[in-house]
Amino acid sequence: MKRNWIGGTFGWLWLLAVLLPLYFVAITSLKSISTYFGSNPVLPSPQLAFENFTAVLEADFTTYLLNSVLVALGTVVPLVLMAFMASYATVRSRHRLFRPVRSLFLLGLAIPVQATIVPIYLLIIRMHMYDSLAALMLPGIAFGLPLSILIISNALRDVPGELFEAMDIDGCTEWQKMWRLAFPIVRPALVTVAVYQALMSWNGFLFPLILTQSPDMRTLPLALWSFQGEYATNVPVVMAAVVLSSIPIVLLYIVGRRYLVSGMTAGSGK
Amino acid sequence: MTTTPAAPHRERLQLSHLLFAAPALLFFLIFAILPLLGVVALSFTSWNGIGAIEFTGLTSWTEALSRETTWRGLLLVLLMIVATWVLQTPLSILLGTFLAGQQRYRGVLAVLYFLPLLLSSSAIAITFKSLMDPNFGLASGLGLPFLKQNWLGDSTLVWIVLLVIIAWQFIPFHTLIYQGAVRQIPQSMYEAAQIDGAGRVRQFFSITLPQLKYTLITSSTLMVVGALTYFDIIFVLTQGGPGVSTRILPLDMYLTGFRGNEMGVASALAVILVVLGLGLALGVQRLGGKDASASQTEGA
Repeated sequence: MKRNWIGGTFGWLWLLAVLLPLYFVAITSLKSISTYFGSNPVLPSPQLAFENFTAVLEADFTTYLLNSVLVALGTVVPLVLMAFMASYATVRSRHRLFRPVRSLFLLGLAIPVQATIVPIYLLIIRMHMYDSLAALMLPGIAFGLPLSILIISNALRDVPGELFEAMDIDGCTEWQKMWRLAFPIVRPALVTVAVYQALMSWNGFLFPLILTQSPDMRTLPLALWSFQGEYATNVPVVMAAVVLSSIPIVLLYIVGRRYLVSGMTAGSGK
Repeated sequence: MTTTPAAPHRERLQLSHLLFAAPALLFFLIFAILPLLGVVALSFTSWNGIGAIEFTGLTSWTEALSRETTWRGLLLVLLMIVATWVLQTPLSILLGTFLAGQQRYRGVLAVLYFLPLLLSSSAIAITFKSLMDPNFGLASGLGLPFLKQNWLGDSTLVWIVLLVIIAWQFIPFHTLIYQGAVRQIPQSMYEAAQIDGAGRVRQFFSITLPQLKYTLITSSTLMVVGALTYFDIIFVLTQGGPGVSTRILPLDMYLTGFRGNEMGVASALAVILVVLGLGLALGVQRLGGKDASASQTEGA
């Protein structure tokens, strides 16, 4: 068997490129400020300093963490439910009314979210929701729908029609078919959508930037950004903030990796 | 009408289906489609973000189209799209093909490759900012003096920096797409090629690459539309600077609207972005044409 030298070389080089910045963040977050100024930047400090993490936690980090968790939950739960029900309807109904509905959601994949920030800002102000966490959930749900519906619909199309017909014979309603038959079968797709959208929500920067104002309403990415301004001279503290803000999502990745990866590729590969 | 006697129950509209679709549809109409239409409407108004919204006809459009920053922003975003594609696509295909191998260590590599996708753009921007520090970053850490540059202060270097960081952030995603696609190519095609005496490189160009055509279109569409709206990293890292050298159109739109309080002009710029986004997406799909759906059915 001949070896794939070109792919292999790039593969390992890329691994290095991926890990080097992460390694740098990790070791720097564990350096005291004097070690940071006095030691080689790419070597870990022999004495681990946890003071940076304490400093971050004392700087209202828990508020931002809680905000991020609330926004992620408030976005993902309604999003998955709505996307599942809409997917069920668009896949199961052969009525021509649903053809434009399908196209509309597909079109949604091509809308640059960025371009809608002015009207969304206006909408949120008029709804008297500016500077609230709910303001971050609403557009997050709406723009998460197209991809979620695409992924869930793909999974639903693979469910054999005979299963539905068998339930028809038993006299089941659409509601029962949706929850008892379709829901358990497409659960992996639902988990995929949930994990992926949680990631999107967790790392969202633009909506928090334009829809909130007070420090109490900051989510982690925005908090990191302002943190960087305040602690510009204390890089180890900023790196500790980067580490702490990423831990929850890395944990999610460890638990839901299979779903995230398979879903991402299924959603875009089909 | 369209009622065929073969399957009449298929054609009937069920109330339950309508009700199931209603919440998502309503949400999508209010918070995605309405803003999309709203941005067109707002582009014919003047609004400072706080006071009354006044209909002013083409004033905002005239302003948007006469500003030099608009045209530069447009040019820069096109540069961003082309450079991103040229940099990321070959690497993603190469890495995706490599990762598609069945060896166990490649699975581990895939897990690690994914890590940048987990980080927020602001975390990534902040990380690279400290890596680029001339005294306490990579340059002095690795003893490589050529890395000691004023990375964010030079209008050429800053572009290299942005392209590299954005590649670091997004290549993993496209790599995964390609990895999945390569794994779907039937092994029998490679076996047949091996019997015919085709080497690795030959197999890559005559089997792998043609089979990836549909994936290439999907990945390119996502990449191109994504590049059109890159915002976070540039915002955190350069705010458009030095000077206006990285003030790409989406950033220009944000700064015009939310810093310059010219929401009407910002809306006109947003309309340009939407049209550009749809045009590019359709254009990439068109490039793929009918062959795309053909290779899709073959692959499945």
